[in-house]
Amino acid sequence: MYDAIIIGAGMSGLSAGCRLAHYGQKVCILERHALVGGLNSFYRQNGRTHDVGLHAVTNYAPKGVKRGPLNRMLRQLRLTWDELGLVPQLGSRIDFPGISLRFTNNFDYFLAEVAKYFPKQVDGLRQLVDALVDYNDMGAYPTNVSAREVVSEYIKDPALLEMIFCPLMYYGSARQGDMDFNQFSIMFRSIFLEGFARPWEGVRQLLKTLLDRFRTAGGELRLRSGVKKLITDGDRNVRGVLLENGMELDCKNVLSSAGQRETLRLCSEELQDKSILEQCRPGELGFVETISVLEKQPRNLGHNDTIVFFNDAPSFDYRKPSNLCDLRSGVICSPNNFAYTRPLEDGMVRITALANYDLWNALPPDEYKREKLRWYEKITEKASQYVPDFRASVIDRDMFTPKTIYRYTGHENGAIYGAPNKNYEGTTPFKNLFICGTDQGMVGIIGAIISGITVVNRYLLRSSASAMS
Amino acid sequence: MTRNEIREAVMSILRDIAPDEDISDLNDEIAFREQMELDSMDFLDIVMELRRRYGVNIPEEEYTELASMAKTVNYLEPKMVDIPFEK
Repeated sequence: MYDAIIIGAGMSGLSAGCRLAHYGQKVCILERHALVGGLNSFYRQNGRTHDVGLHAVTNYAPKGVKRGPLNRMLRQLRLTWDELGLVPQLGSRIDFPGISLRFTNNFDYFLAEVAKYFPKQVDGLRQLVDALVDYNDMGAYPTNVSAREVVSEYIKDPALLEMIFCPLMYYGSARQGDMDFNQFSIMFRSIFLEGFARPWEGVRQLLKTLLDRFRTAGGELRLRSGVKKLITDGDRNVRGVLLENGMELDCKNVLSSAGQRETLRLCSEELQDKSILEQCRPGELGFVETISVLEKQPRNLGHNDTIVFFNDAPSFDYRKPSNLCDLRSGVICSPNNFAYTRPLEDGMVRITALANYDLWNALPPDEYKREKLRWYEKITEKASQYVPDFRASVIDRDMFTPKTIYRYTGHENGAIYGAPNKNYEGTTPFKNLFICGTDQGMVGIIGAIISGITVVNRYLLRSSASAMS
Repeated sequence: MTRNEIREAVMSILRDIAPDEDISDLNDEIAFREQMELDSMDFLDIVMELRRRYGVNIPEEEYTELASMAKTVNYLEPKMVDIPFEK
Protein backbone atom coordinates (compact mmCIF):
# COMPACT_ATOMS: atom_id res chain seq x y z
CA MET A 1 0.00 0.00 0.00
CA TYR A 2 1.47 3.33 -1.08
CA ASP A 3 0.82 6.56 0.75
CA ALA A 4 0.78 8.23 -2.63
CA ILE A 5 0.88 7.27 -6.28
CA ILE A 6 1.87 9.95 -8.73
CA ILE A 7 0.88 9.68 -12.37
CA GLY A 8 3.56 11.03 -14.68
CA ALA A 9 7.28 11.60 -14.16
CA GLY A 10 7.33 15.09 -15.61
CA MET A 11 8.58 18.12 -13.72
CA SER A 12 5.50 18.40 -11.50
CA GLY A 13 5.28 14.69 -10.70
CA LEU A 14 8.97 14.47 -9.86
CA SER A 15 8.94 17.51 -7.60
CA ALA A 16 5.80 16.28 -5.83
CA GLY A 17 7.52 12.93 -5.37
CA CYS A 18 10.62 14.58 -3.91
CA ARG A 19 8.57 16.33 -1.25
CA LEU A 20 6.54 13.27 -0.27
CA ALA A 21 9.54 10.95 -0.13
CA HIS A 22 11.54 13.48 1.87
CA TYR A 23 8.84 13.51 4.53
CA GLY A 24 8.82 9.75 4.78
CA GLN A 25 5.81 8.85 2.67
CA LYS A 26 5.89 5.66 0.64
CA VAL A 27 5.53 7.07 -2.84
CA CYS A 28 5.62 5.66 -6.34
CA ILE A 29 5.74 7.60 -9.60
CA LEU A 30 4.20 5.83 -12.60
CA GLU A 31 5.51 6.85 -16.01
CA ARG A 32 4.11 5.49 -19.25
CA HIS A 33 7.30 6.03 -21.19
CA ALA A 34 10.82 4.67 -20.87
CA LEU A 35 12.18 8.11 -20.01
CA VAL A 36 11.23 10.74 -17.45
CA GLY A 37 10.34 14.33 -18.30
CA GLY A 38 6.92 14.23 -19.97
CA LEU A 39 6.65 17.32 -22.10
CA ASN A 40 10.07 18.43 -20.90
CA SER A 41 11.97 15.37 -21.89
CA PHE A 42 14.78 14.72 -24.36
CA TYR A 43 15.60 12.23 -27.08
CA ARG A 44 18.55 11.02 -29.12
CA GLN A 45 18.73 11.35 -32.87
CA ASN A 46 21.81 10.72 -35.05
CA GLY A 47 24.13 10.88 -32.07
CA ARG A 48 22.78 14.14 -30.69
CA THR A 49 20.53 14.82 -27.76
CA HIS A 50 17.61 17.15 -28.32
CA ASP A 51 15.32 18.67 -25.74
CA VAL A 52 11.64 18.09 -26.44
CA GLY A 53 9.91 21.14 -25.06
CA LEU A 54 12.55 23.37 -23.62
CA HIS A 55 13.43 26.68 -25.23
CA ALA A 56 14.38 28.34 -22.01
CA VAL A 57 13.66 28.05 -18.33
CA THR A 58 11.59 31.07 -17.32
CA ASN A 59 11.43 32.57 -13.79
CA TYR A 60 15.19 33.14 -13.77
CA ALA A 61 16.71 34.72 -10.66
CA PRO A 62 20.45 35.36 -10.25
CA LYS A 63 22.24 33.64 -7.42
CA GLY A 64 21.61 35.40 -4.13
CA VAL A 65 18.18 36.80 -5.03
CA LYS A 66 15.92 35.44 -2.33
CA ARG A 67 12.50 36.02 -3.80
CA GLY A 68 10.39 34.43 -6.46
CA PRO A 69 9.40 30.97 -7.63
CA LEU A 70 12.95 29.81 -8.44
CA ASN A 71 14.00 30.36 -4.85
CA ARG A 72 10.87 28.83 -3.47
CA MET A 73 11.56 25.76 -5.53
CA LEU A 74 15.20 25.54 -4.38
CA ARG A 75 14.20 25.73 -0.73
CA GLN A 76 11.34 23.31 -0.99
CA LEU A 77 13.52 20.73 -2.75
CA ARG A 78 16.65 21.50 -0.68
CA LEU A 79 18.64 22.34 -3.78
CA THR A 80 21.40 24.86 -4.21
CA TRP A 81 21.29 27.43 -6.98
CA ASP A 82 24.41 25.90 -8.53
CA GLU A 83 22.82 22.47 -8.85
CA LEU A 84 20.46 23.79 -11.53
CA GLY A 85 23.28 25.15 -13.64
CA LEU A 86 21.11 27.95 -15.01
CA VAL A 87 22.81 30.33 -17.44
CA PRO A 88 20.99 33.57 -18.31
CA GLN A 89 19.94 34.56 -21.82
CA LEU A 90 21.85 37.00 -24.00
CA GLY A 91 18.75 38.94 -25.04
CA SER A 92 15.49 38.39 -26.88
CA ARG A 93 13.11 40.40 -28.99
CA ILE A 94 9.51 40.74 -30.06
CA ASP A 95 9.39 41.53 -33.75
CA PHE A 96 6.23 43.06 -35.25
CA PRO A 97 5.92 45.02 -38.51
CA GLY A 98 8.05 48.13 -38.15
CA ILE A 99 8.76 47.67 -34.42
CA SER A 100 11.21 45.45 -32.65
CA LEU A 101 11.21 45.48 -28.84
CA ARG A 102 14.24 43.95 -27.19
CA PHE A 103 14.20 42.52 -23.69
CA THR A 104 16.67 40.92 -21.32
CA ASN A 105 16.45 39.58 -17.78
CA ASN A 106 16.56 43.18 -16.60
CA PHE A 107 13.08 44.73 -16.76
CA ASP A 108 14.44 48.28 -16.92
CA TYR A 109 15.92 47.42 -20.30
CA PHE A 110 12.45 46.51 -21.59
CA LEU A 111 10.96 49.70 -20.08
CA ALA A 112 13.57 51.73 -21.98
CA GLU A 113 12.70 49.91 -25.20
CA VAL A 114 9.00 50.60 -24.67
CA ALA A 115 9.87 54.25 -23.97
CA LYS A 116 11.55 54.45 -27.39
CA TYR A 117 8.54 53.32 -29.42
CA PHE A 118 5.64 53.94 -27.05
CA PRO A 119 6.70 56.83 -24.77
CA LYS A 120 3.13 57.47 -23.60
CA GLN A 121 2.68 53.88 -22.45
CA VAL A 122 5.56 53.62 -19.99
CA ASP A 123 3.58 54.81 -16.96
CA GLY A 124 0.75 52.45 -17.83
CA LEU A 125 3.19 49.58 -18.11
CA ARG A 126 4.60 50.36 -14.67
CA GLN A 127 1.09 50.44 -13.23
CA LEU A 128 0.29 47.16 -14.91
CA VAL A 129 3.28 45.60 -13.16
CA ASP A 130 1.91 46.80 -9.81
CA ALA A 131 -1.49 45.32 -10.62
CA LEU A 132 -0.25 41.85 -11.53
CA VAL A 133 -1.60 39.00 -9.43
CA ASP A 134 1.01 37.71 -7.02
CA TYR A 135 2.14 34.10 -7.33
CA ASN A 136 0.66 33.42 -3.90
CA ASP A 137 -2.76 34.68 -4.93
CA MET A 138 -3.14 32.51 -7.97
CA GLY A 139 -6.76 32.25 -8.88
CA ALA A 140 -7.44 35.66 -7.28
CA TYR A 141 -9.21 36.74 -10.46
CA PRO A 142 -12.11 34.60 -11.66
CA THR A 143 -10.84 32.50 -14.55
CA ASN A 144 -13.36 34.10 -16.89
CA VAL A 145 -11.84 37.56 -16.50
CA SER A 146 -10.25 38.52 -19.80
CA ALA A 147 -6.61 39.55 -19.51
CA ARG A 148 -7.02 41.64 -22.65
CA GLU A 149 -9.71 43.69 -20.93
CA VAL A 150 -7.71 44.16 -17.75
CA VAL A 151 -4.46 44.97 -19.53
CA SER A 152 -6.11 47.42 -21.94
CA GLU A 153 -6.96 49.58 -18.92
CA TYR A 154 -3.22 50.14 -18.52
CA ILE A 155 -1.85 49.78 -22.04
CA LYS A 156 -3.80 52.06 -24.35
CA ASP A 157 -1.83 51.46 -27.53
CA PRO A 158 -3.12 48.27 -29.15
CA ALA A 159 0.19 47.70 -30.96
CA LEU A 160 2.08 47.45 -27.67
CA LEU A 161 -0.67 45.34 -26.14
CA GLU A 162 -0.32 42.79 -28.94
CA MET A 163 3.43 42.77 -28.61
CA ILE A 164 3.26 42.10 -24.88
CA PHE A 165 0.74 39.30 -25.31
CA CYS A 166 2.71 37.54 -28.04
CA PRO A 167 5.51 35.96 -25.96
CA LEU A 168 3.24 35.36 -22.98
CA MET A 169 0.73 33.45 -25.06
CA TYR A 170 3.31 31.48 -26.97
CA TYR A 171 5.00 30.39 -23.77
CA GLY A 172 1.98 29.50 -21.78
CA SER A 173 -1.54 30.29 -22.92
CA ALA A 174 -3.89 27.36 -23.13
CA ARG A 175 -6.65 29.66 -24.27
CA GLN A 176 -7.19 31.00 -27.78
CA GLY A 177 -7.07 34.72 -28.43
CA ASP A 178 -6.91 35.69 -24.77
CA MET A 179 -5.66 34.57 -21.37
CA ASP A 180 -7.16 34.64 -17.93
CA PHE A 181 -5.57 37.41 -15.90
CA ASN A 182 -3.99 35.03 -13.40
CA GLN A 183 -2.23 33.27 -16.26
CA PHE A 184 -1.23 36.58 -17.78
CA SER A 185 0.28 37.67 -14.46
CA ILE A 186 2.25 34.47 -14.03
CA MET A 187 3.59 34.63 -17.55
CA PHE A 188 4.40 38.34 -17.39
CA ARG A 189 6.37 37.86 -14.20
CA SER A 190 8.14 34.77 -15.38
CA ILE A 191 9.24 36.26 -18.72
CA PHE A 192 9.56 40.03 -18.35
CA LEU A 193 10.25 40.50 -14.64
CA GLU A 194 12.33 37.36 -14.10
CA GLY A 195 13.52 36.08 -17.46
CA PHE A 196 15.11 33.29 -19.44
CA ALA A 197 17.94 30.90 -18.63
CA ARG A 198 19.07 27.46 -19.66
CA PRO A 199 21.40 24.82 -18.25
CA TRP A 200 24.30 23.99 -20.59
CA GLU A 201 23.12 20.40 -20.75
CA GLY A 202 19.52 21.40 -21.32
CA VAL A 203 16.57 19.75 -19.67
CA ARG A 204 18.55 16.59 -18.79
CA GLN A 205 20.41 18.50 -16.13
CA LEU A 206 17.21 19.48 -14.35
CA LEU A 207 15.67 16.04 -14.67
CA LYS A 208 18.82 14.38 -13.34
CA THR A 209 18.81 16.70 -10.33
CA LEU A 210 15.17 16.00 -9.52
CA LEU A 211 15.49 12.27 -10.07
CA ASP A 212 18.57 12.06 -7.83
CA ARG A 213 16.74 13.93 -5.12
CA PHE A 214 13.70 11.66 -5.45
CA ARG A 215 15.69 8.43 -5.32
CA THR A 216 17.95 9.57 -2.46
CA ALA A 217 14.83 10.35 -0.44
CA GLY A 218 13.59 6.81 -0.99
CA GLY A 219 11.05 7.33 -3.77
CA GLU A 220 10.19 4.62 -6.27
CA LEU A 221 9.89 5.22 -10.01
CA ARG A 222 8.27 2.75 -12.39
CA LEU A 223 8.92 3.41 -16.05
CA ARG A 224 6.86 1.86 -18.87
CA SER A 225 3.95 1.79 -16.44
CA GLY A 226 0.98 3.45 -18.07
CA VAL A 227 -2.17 3.77 -15.97
CA LYS A 228 -5.22 2.15 -17.48
CA LYS A 229 -7.73 2.98 -14.81
CA LEU A 230 -8.14 4.50 -11.39
CA ILE A 231 -9.93 2.05 -9.13
CA THR A 232 -12.64 3.89 -7.24
CA ASP A 233 -15.18 2.85 -4.66
CA GLY A 234 -18.74 4.11 -4.50
CA ASP A 235 -17.77 6.88 -2.12
CA ARG A 236 -15.83 9.13 -4.51
CA ASN A 237 -12.64 7.67 -3.21
CA VAL A 238 -9.75 6.26 -5.22
CA ARG A 239 -8.30 3.14 -3.67
CA GLY A 240 -5.72 2.18 -6.25
CA VAL A 241 -4.64 2.12 -9.86
CA LEU A 242 -4.76 -0.54 -12.53
CA LEU A 243 -1.76 -0.50 -14.82
CA GLU A 244 -1.89 -1.30 -18.50
CA ASN A 245 0.15 -4.42 -17.80
CA GLY A 246 -2.67 -5.68 -15.56
CA MET A 247 -0.96 -4.99 -12.24
CA GLU A 248 -2.95 -3.37 -9.45
CA LEU A 249 -1.42 -1.00 -6.91
CA ASP A 250 -3.18 0.17 -3.74
CA CYS A 251 -2.73 3.66 -2.39
CA LYS A 252 -4.12 6.26 -0.03
CA ASN A 253 -3.81 9.23 -2.39
CA VAL A 254 -3.33 9.81 -6.09
CA LEU A 255 -1.73 12.88 -7.61
CA SER A 256 -2.03 13.10 -11.36
CA SER A 257 -0.14 15.23 -13.83
CA ALA A 258 -1.91 13.60 -16.77
CA GLY A 259 -4.25 16.58 -17.22
CA GLN A 260 -7.58 17.32 -15.55
CA ARG A 261 -9.83 15.83 -18.18
CA GLU A 262 -7.44 12.99 -18.99
CA THR A 263 -7.32 12.05 -15.31
CA LEU A 264 -11.08 12.12 -14.80
CA ARG A 265 -11.45 9.94 -17.85
CA LEU A 266 -9.39 7.29 -16.10
CA CYS A 267 -12.24 7.01 -13.61
CA SER A 268 -15.05 8.28 -15.80
CA GLU A 269 -17.43 5.35 -15.36
CA GLU A 270 -17.74 6.35 -11.73
CA LEU A 271 -18.72 9.85 -12.77
CA GLN A 272 -22.48 9.64 -13.08
CA ASP A 273 -22.49 13.36 -13.42
CA LYS A 274 -21.21 13.71 -16.99
CA SER A 275 -21.30 17.47 -16.68
CA ILE A 276 -18.08 17.36 -14.67
CA LEU A 277 -16.22 16.00 -17.66
CA GLU A 278 -17.96 18.42 -19.99
CA GLN A 279 -16.86 21.37 -17.91
CA CYS A 280 -13.25 20.43 -18.47
CA ARG A 281 -12.90 21.23 -22.12
CA PRO A 282 -9.69 20.03 -23.71
CA GLY A 283 -7.10 22.48 -24.96
CA GLU A 284 -7.15 23.29 -28.67
CA LEU A 285 -3.74 24.80 -29.16
CA GLY A 286 -1.21 22.63 -30.87
CA PHE A 287 2.27 23.49 -32.07
CA VAL A 288 4.89 22.24 -34.43
CA GLU A 289 8.55 22.67 -33.79
CA THR A 290 11.39 22.48 -36.26
CA ILE A 291 14.86 21.64 -35.00
CA SER A 292 17.81 22.55 -37.20
CA VAL A 293 21.32 21.47 -36.29
CA LEU A 294 23.90 23.83 -37.75
CA GLU A 295 27.51 23.20 -38.63
CA LYS A 296 28.46 26.44 -36.92
CA GLN A 297 27.39 28.51 -33.92
CA PRO A 298 24.50 30.86 -34.75
CA ARG A 299 26.59 33.85 -33.69
CA ASN A 300 28.97 33.05 -36.57
CA LEU A 301 26.02 33.70 -38.85
CA GLY A 302 25.36 36.98 -37.08
CA HIS A 303 22.53 35.61 -34.97
CA ASN A 304 22.90 36.55 -31.30
CA ASP A 305 19.32 36.62 -30.07
CA THR A 306 18.21 34.03 -27.57
CA ILE A 307 14.56 34.04 -28.56
CA VAL A 308 12.71 35.97 -31.26
CA PHE A 309 8.92 36.17 -31.15
CA PHE A 310 7.73 37.28 -34.56
CA ASN A 311 4.39 38.22 -35.98
CA ASP A 312 3.91 39.58 -39.49
CA ALA A 313 0.75 41.64 -38.89
CA PRO A 314 -0.10 44.45 -36.45
CA SER A 315 -2.41 42.19 -34.48
CA PHE A 316 -1.51 38.78 -33.15
CA ASP A 317 -3.87 35.91 -33.83
CA TYR A 318 -3.23 33.16 -31.33
CA ARG A 319 -5.61 30.37 -32.20
CA LYS A 320 -5.93 26.95 -33.74
CA PRO A 321 -5.07 27.44 -37.42
CA SER A 322 -7.32 26.28 -40.25
CA ASN A 323 -4.25 24.94 -42.03
CA LEU A 324 -1.71 22.39 -40.80
CA CYS A 325 0.38 25.31 -39.52
CA ASP A 326 0.04 29.07 -39.21
CA LEU A 327 3.04 30.85 -40.70
CA ARG A 328 2.04 34.34 -39.63
CA SER A 329 3.78 34.12 -36.29
CA GLY A 330 6.32 31.98 -34.50
CA VAL A 331 9.12 31.68 -31.98
CA ILE A 332 12.74 31.27 -33.01
CA CYS A 333 15.00 30.00 -30.29
CA SER A 334 18.70 29.36 -30.33
CA PRO A 335 19.82 27.29 -27.33
CA ASN A 336 23.37 28.48 -28.12
CA ASN A 337 22.59 32.07 -27.27
CA PHE A 338 22.88 31.95 -23.51
CA ALA A 339 25.87 33.30 -21.58
CA TYR A 340 27.68 29.96 -21.24
CA THR A 341 31.35 29.78 -20.31
CA ARG A 342 31.90 27.21 -23.08
CA PRO A 343 29.85 26.96 -26.27
CA LEU A 344 27.40 24.12 -26.98
CA GLU A 345 28.82 21.47 -29.28
CA ASP A 346 26.39 22.09 -32.14
CA GLY A 347 24.70 25.13 -33.48
CA MET A 348 20.95 24.87 -33.10
CA VAL A 349 17.85 26.77 -34.15
CA ARG A 350 14.39 25.72 -33.01
CA ILE A 351 11.21 27.29 -34.37
CA THR A 352 7.73 26.93 -32.92
CA ALA A 353 4.57 27.69 -34.86
CA LEU A 354 0.87 27.18 -34.18
CA ALA A 355 -0.55 23.98 -35.65
CA ASN A 356 -3.80 22.08 -36.01
CA TYR A 357 -3.85 18.69 -34.27
CA ASP A 358 -6.88 17.33 -36.13
CA LEU A 359 -5.35 17.97 -39.53
CA TRP A 360 -1.97 16.49 -38.63
CA ASN A 361 -3.61 13.52 -36.97
CA ALA A 362 -5.78 12.76 -40.01
CA LEU A 363 -2.84 12.44 -42.41
CA PRO A 364 -1.92 8.94 -43.61
CA PRO A 365 1.69 7.99 -42.64
CA ASP A 366 3.30 8.80 -46.02
CA GLU A 367 1.60 12.12 -46.32
CA TYR A 368 2.39 12.94 -42.70
CA LYS A 369 6.09 12.56 -43.50
CA ARG A 370 5.80 14.62 -46.68
CA GLU A 371 3.92 17.41 -44.92
CA LYS A 372 6.54 17.51 -42.19
CA LEU A 373 9.24 18.09 -44.80
CA ARG A 374 7.12 20.64 -46.64
CA TRP A 375 6.33 22.66 -43.52
CA TYR A 376 9.88 22.44 -42.26
CA GLU A 377 10.89 24.25 -45.47
CA LYS A 378 8.14 26.83 -45.19
CA ILE A 379 8.78 27.57 -41.52
CA THR A 380 12.55 27.93 -41.82
CA GLU A 381 12.09 30.12 -44.89
CA LYS A 382 9.72 32.36 -42.98
CA ALA A 383 12.08 32.55 -40.01
CA SER A 384 14.85 33.73 -42.32
CA GLN A 385 13.00 37.03 -42.58
CA TYR A 386 13.60 37.57 -38.86
CA VAL A 387 17.03 36.04 -38.19
CA PRO A 388 20.06 35.58 -40.48
CA ASP A 389 19.37 32.82 -42.99
CA PHE A 390 20.86 29.66 -41.49
CA ARG A 391 19.49 27.16 -44.01
CA ALA A 392 22.76 26.59 -45.88
CA SER A 393 24.44 25.54 -42.60
CA VAL A 394 21.93 22.85 -41.63
CA ILE A 395 23.52 19.42 -41.09
CA ASP A 396 20.62 17.65 -39.41
CA ARG A 397 17.00 18.37 -38.71
CA ASP A 398 13.88 17.11 -37.06
CA MET A 399 10.35 18.29 -36.54
CA PHE A 400 7.58 17.41 -34.18
CA THR A 401 3.87 18.02 -34.52
CA PRO A 402 0.86 18.07 -32.19
CA LYS A 403 0.55 14.36 -32.94
CA THR A 404 4.01 13.77 -31.50
CA ILE A 405 3.09 15.75 -28.39
CA TYR A 406 -0.07 13.73 -27.91
CA ARG A 407 1.90 10.51 -28.17
CA TYR A 408 4.38 11.55 -25.51
CA THR A 409 2.25 13.54 -23.08
CA GLY A 410 -1.23 12.09 -23.53
CA HIS A 411 -2.63 15.63 -23.56
CA GLU A 412 -5.70 15.67 -25.78
CA ASN A 413 -5.16 17.51 -29.08
CA GLY A 414 -1.45 17.60 -28.30
CA ALA A 415 -2.25 20.71 -26.26
CA ILE A 416 1.08 21.53 -24.64
CA TYR A 417 -0.48 24.01 -22.24
CA GLY A 418 -3.39 21.79 -21.37
CA ALA A 419 -6.98 22.81 -20.74
CA PRO A 420 -8.19 26.40 -21.24
CA ASN A 421 -9.75 26.56 -17.77
CA LYS A 422 -7.23 25.99 -15.03
CA ASN A 423 -7.97 24.20 -11.79
CA TYR A 424 -5.96 26.32 -9.37
CA GLU A 425 -7.29 24.37 -6.38
CA GLY A 426 -5.98 21.09 -7.75
CA THR A 427 -8.94 19.15 -6.33
CA THR A 428 -11.32 16.75 -8.12
CA PRO A 429 -14.71 15.22 -7.34
CA PHE A 430 -12.72 12.42 -5.70
CA LYS A 431 -11.59 13.17 -2.15
CA ASN A 432 -8.12 11.73 -2.46
CA LEU A 433 -7.37 12.49 -6.12
CA PHE A 434 -5.50 15.68 -6.93
CA ILE A 435 -4.25 17.41 -10.07
CA CYS A 436 -0.84 18.94 -10.56
CA GLY A 437 1.09 20.19 -13.55
CA THR A 438 -0.09 22.34 -16.41
CA ASP A 439 -3.83 21.95 -15.71
CA GLN A 440 -3.35 23.23 -12.17
CA GLY A 441 -2.37 26.51 -13.75
CA MET A 442 1.39 26.86 -13.52
CA VAL A 443 3.37 26.65 -16.72
CA GLY A 444 7.00 26.54 -17.63
CA ILE A 445 9.54 24.31 -15.98
CA ILE A 446 9.78 26.15 -12.68
CA GLY A 447 6.01 26.61 -12.73
CA ALA A 448 5.42 22.90 -13.17
CA ILE A 449 7.81 22.11 -10.33
CA ILE A 450 6.08 24.65 -8.08
CA SER A 451 2.73 23.12 -8.99
CA GLY A 452 3.82 19.69 -7.76
CA ILE A 453 5.16 21.22 -4.56
CA THR A 454 2.10 23.38 -3.91
CA VAL A 455 -0.49 20.67 -4.36
CA VAL A 456 1.47 18.20 -2.24
CA ASN A 457 1.96 20.77 0.55
CA ARG A 458 -1.68 21.73 0.50
CA TYR A 459 -3.29 18.30 0.53
CA LEU A 460 -0.83 15.50 1.15
CA LEU A 461 1.60 16.96 3.68
CA ARG A 462 -0.45 19.44 5.63
CA SER A 463 -3.28 16.99 6.28
CA SER A 464 -0.88 14.36 7.53
CA ALA A 465 0.78 17.02 9.70
CA SER A 466 -2.46 17.89 11.49
CA ALA A 467 -3.56 14.26 11.68
CA MET A 468 -0.41 13.42 13.58
CA SER A 469 -0.39 16.38 15.90
CA MET B 1 18.60 18.92 24.64
CA THR B 2 19.95 22.09 26.10
CA ARG B 3 18.88 25.49 24.82
CA ASN B 4 22.08 25.68 22.80
CA GLU B 5 21.50 22.27 21.29
CA ILE B 6 17.94 23.18 20.38
CA ARG B 7 19.27 26.30 18.70
CA GLU B 8 21.78 24.19 16.76
CA ALA B 9 19.01 21.77 15.73
CA VAL B 10 16.97 24.67 14.32
CA MET B 11 20.05 26.14 12.61
CA SER B 12 20.65 22.82 10.92
CA ILE B 13 17.09 22.80 9.59
CA LEU B 14 17.46 26.38 8.34
CA ARG B 15 20.72 25.51 6.59
CA ASP B 16 19.01 22.59 4.85
CA ILE B 17 16.06 24.70 3.74
CA ALA B 18 18.23 27.54 2.45
CA PRO B 19 21.62 26.06 1.57
CA ASP B 20 22.66 29.16 -0.37
CA GLU B 21 22.13 31.50 2.54
CA ASP B 22 24.82 32.42 5.06
CA ILE B 23 23.06 32.38 8.42
CA SER B 24 26.16 32.32 10.62
CA ASP B 25 25.41 35.86 11.85
CA LEU B 26 21.69 35.28 12.41
CA ASN B 27 20.29 37.62 15.05
CA ASP B 28 18.18 35.58 17.48
CA GLU B 29 15.96 38.50 18.43
CA ILE B 30 14.95 39.51 14.88
CA ALA B 31 12.24 37.59 13.01
CA PHE B 32 13.50 34.90 10.61
CA ARG B 33 11.25 36.41 7.99
CA GLU B 34 13.13 39.71 8.11
CA GLN B 35 16.55 38.15 7.91
CA MET B 36 15.90 35.28 5.54
CA GLU B 37 12.73 36.11 3.66
CA LEU B 38 11.11 32.85 4.65
CA ASP B 39 7.59 32.44 3.34
CA SER B 40 4.71 30.44 4.78
CA MET B 41 5.76 27.32 2.86
CA ASP B 42 9.19 27.53 4.47
CA PHE B 43 7.67 27.88 7.94
CA LEU B 44 5.63 24.78 7.31
CA ASP B 45 8.91 23.07 6.44
CA ILE B 46 10.54 24.04 9.72
CA VAL B 47 7.56 22.52 11.50
CA MET B 48 7.63 19.37 9.40
CA GLU B 49 11.39 18.94 9.80
CA LEU B 50 11.05 19.23 13.59
CA ARG B 51 8.53 16.44 13.47
CA ARG B 52 10.50 14.32 11.02
CA ARG B 53 13.78 14.63 12.93
CA TYR B 54 12.70 14.87 16.55
CA GLY B 55 9.07 13.79 16.65
CA VAL B 56 8.01 17.22 17.90
CA ASN B 57 4.44 18.09 16.97
CA ILE B 58 3.47 21.73 16.68
CA PRO B 59 -0.21 22.54 16.22
CA GLU B 60 -0.98 25.01 13.44
CA GLU B 61 -2.27 27.70 15.81
CA GLU B 62 1.14 27.80 17.49
CA TYR B 63 3.23 28.34 14.34
CA THR B 64 3.53 32.02 15.31
CA GLU B 65 5.73 30.91 18.23
CA LEU B 66 8.44 30.25 15.65
CA ALA B 67 8.83 33.84 14.51
CA SER B 68 12.43 34.36 15.65
CA MET B 69 15.19 32.10 16.93
CA ALA B 70 14.81 33.32 20.51
CA LYS B 71 11.06 32.70 20.48
CA THR B 72 11.55 29.32 18.82
CA VAL B 73 14.03 28.10 21.42
CA ASN B 74 11.77 29.29 24.25
CA TYR B 75 8.83 27.51 22.72
CA LEU B 76 10.68 24.28 21.95
CA GLU B 77 12.58 23.97 25.24
CA PRO B 78 9.86 22.15 27.22
CA LYS B 79 9.04 19.97 24.18
CA MET B 80 12.62 18.96 23.47
CA VAL B 81 14.32 18.89 26.84
CA ASP B 82 14.08 15.08 27.03
CA ILE B 83 15.16 14.45 23.44
CA PRO B 84 18.82 13.49 22.99
CA PHE B 85 20.83 15.74 20.72
CA GLU B 86 22.21 14.16 17.57
CA LYS B 87 24.23 16.28 15.28
